[in-house]
Amino acid sequence: MEFLVASAIGILTAGGLYLVLRLRTFPVILGISLLTYAVNVFLFASGRLTVGAPPILRDGVQAYSDPLPQALVLTAIVISFGMTAVVVMIGLGAYLGSDDDHVDDRTGPDEDASEGSS
Amino acid sequence: MTHWIVAPIILPALVAPFIVLAARYHIGIQRVLSLAGVLALVAVACGLAWQASDGTVTLYQMGDWAAPYGIVLVGDQLSTMMVLLTSVLALFVLLYAIGSGWDNRGRHFHALFQFQLMGIMGAFLTGDLFNLFVFFEVLLIASYGLMIHAGGNARLRAGVQYVLFNLIGSTLFLFALGSLYAETGTLNMADLANRVALVSPDETVGIRVAAVLLLLVFAIKAALVPLHFWLPSSYAEAPAPVAALFAIMTKVGAYAIIRVYTMIFHPELEVTAGLHDVWLLPAALVSLAIGMIGVLAAKKLDRLVAFSVIGSMGMVMVSISLFTPAGIAAALYYIVHSTLAGATLFLISDLVRTGRGNLVLTPQAVMSGNALTAAMFFVGAIAMAGLPPLSGFLGKLLVLDAAFDSNLMVWVWAIVLSSSLISILGFARAGSILFWKAHSIDRPEGAEPPATPNSMSYAAVGGLVALLIAHTIFAGQVHSYTTKMAVGLFAPEPYISTVVETPGKLSKPKTGDH
Repeated sequence: MEFLVASAIGILTAGGLYLVLRLRTFPVILGISLLTYAVNVFLFASGRLTVGAPPILRDGVQAYSDPLPQALVLTAIVISFGMTAVVVMIGLGAYLGSDDDHVDDRTGPDEDASEGSS
Repeated sequence: MTHWIVAPIILPALVAPFIVLAARYHIGIQRVLSLAGVLALVAVACGLAWQASDGTVTLYQMGDWAAPYGIVLVGDQLSTMMVLLTSVLALFVLLYAIGSGWDNRGRHFHALFQFQLMGIMGAFLTGDLFNLFVFFEVLLIASYGLMIHAGGNARLRAGVQYVLFNLIGSTLFLFALGSLYAETGTLNMADLANRVALVSPDETVGIRVAAVLLLLVFAIKAALVPLHFWLPSSYAEAPAPVAALFAIMTKVGAYAIIRVYTMIFHPELEVTAGLHDVWLLPAALVSLAIGMIGVLAAKKLDRLVAFSVIGSMGMVMVSISLFTPAGIAAALYYIVHSTLAGATLFLISDLVRTGRGNLVLTPQAVMSGNALTAAMFFVGAIAMAGLPPLSGFLGKLLVLDAAFDSNLMVWVWAIVLSSSLISILGFARAGSILFWKAHSIDRPEGAEPPATPNSMSYAAVGGLVALLIAHTIFAGQVHSYTTKMAVGLFAPEPYISTVVETPGKLSKPKTGDH
């Protein structure tokens, strides 16, 4: 199980990084989503991997799983979900406004033209 | 237990939704509420700083849960000083935003401003690393809204870069927290300090990874080269009052580095040996050099100011990475100076934009309000470039003095002094093009001169300049206070024992009645 979880995190991270390096809005947002999935699984695993163990006190149970990472993952999921929604909106606005979805700075002939309106 | 320490977080958190819900369409009421909120914040911050000034560490346990289990807020000298600095900066920035009408060029400026303050205050006051992450996200999500305030394509594109870069930074932060938790089983800073010291020197792989990842995250926030690429575009394109408020955001990164790397991964710790002097100091020196070269190379005034912020953060980080009490004391003095000087320059660049129509550094006809803007730019540039008599010079002197015993003393002195020279040239070039050469150029026939910035804008910038001058006049007192603070940071036992040993719920599980 450790191997499966570790390789899943690794593949998600690698795929996410590759997509982030594409430098166009849509792949970058997809890549960041993959990275946040990877980090969520990673946080989950930071409390050690257990199967079928309850996180809260119960009678007659010897082994527990760590409840704290589960709470941390919930927080992280909510935050990353909200952030992704924000970046989709801003990215869409920028794409519709300038008809260009490159993430990096490009010095084009239109840079001086947009100066006056800023 | 006094509840005042939670006020800097709760107050903006209450004012912001009230502004959105009750005063949505009334810019006048929004302004009054926002200003009243910030004034109350300044008062509370003064009280907290006064309370902490004798070395008392104030602990606030959320829901009365004892430290490693519950979230704590901790007010010591360092965090209350940063809270005070933030609230004072926010007051003048808000005055400028109201005076210049920036707050009325888009919706919800005041609500986002208050949420931003809530995030910054929380980041300074929290005693828990995961809570620090949450407050980072609060301040970031508010800053995304502020960054694209008033819209425009260039600003939206810069906003996309800014948001994406920070999202990757947040992901990195979570990876760091995960590995730290996997190694130590806690995320409370004081508890971490105790437990990291127990890690045996043979099993340091995980904790080393965590320490380096955490440093990377804070270096992104502090815009340390080579992680500074998000800063120039986003600060230059952001509305000027927002950029001025952002001047404190890079200091959040510097604060987090000081806090975590003096208390948890302190310099004597064997597991993280080499992180401070081998990696951090050279990176800081390179940022200082690149920032000041950027000042000389910039084609527009807003980019020039953004690069000067990178340079001054480099200076702060040089001083921090010495990791001696003298170095931290100098860094804290310089942090106050650099925040005020950076904010002043961003606001002045907006005065220039108002009076001239653009910020391109080419000779153009005389701008409206030339004399007063020029005088303020002169003061701001002297402060930022570190010329006598202002606080930048004193701060630089303190940094040089602190670096005297360092192994890399020659490098520190050489780069600090030569980058100062470069920044003086850069600011002198910009100032003479903007304000002097303009007199030899006539306005084209029939062109209307742009409006003069109003007096409230000037008053806000003047207030910041006055603070800079006060920071110079009271340099002795401020520096002796930061020295006391730095000595306290290197002996964190009172902080740790206050956090860990104060009783609360769950601290005595055997006798509890739950």
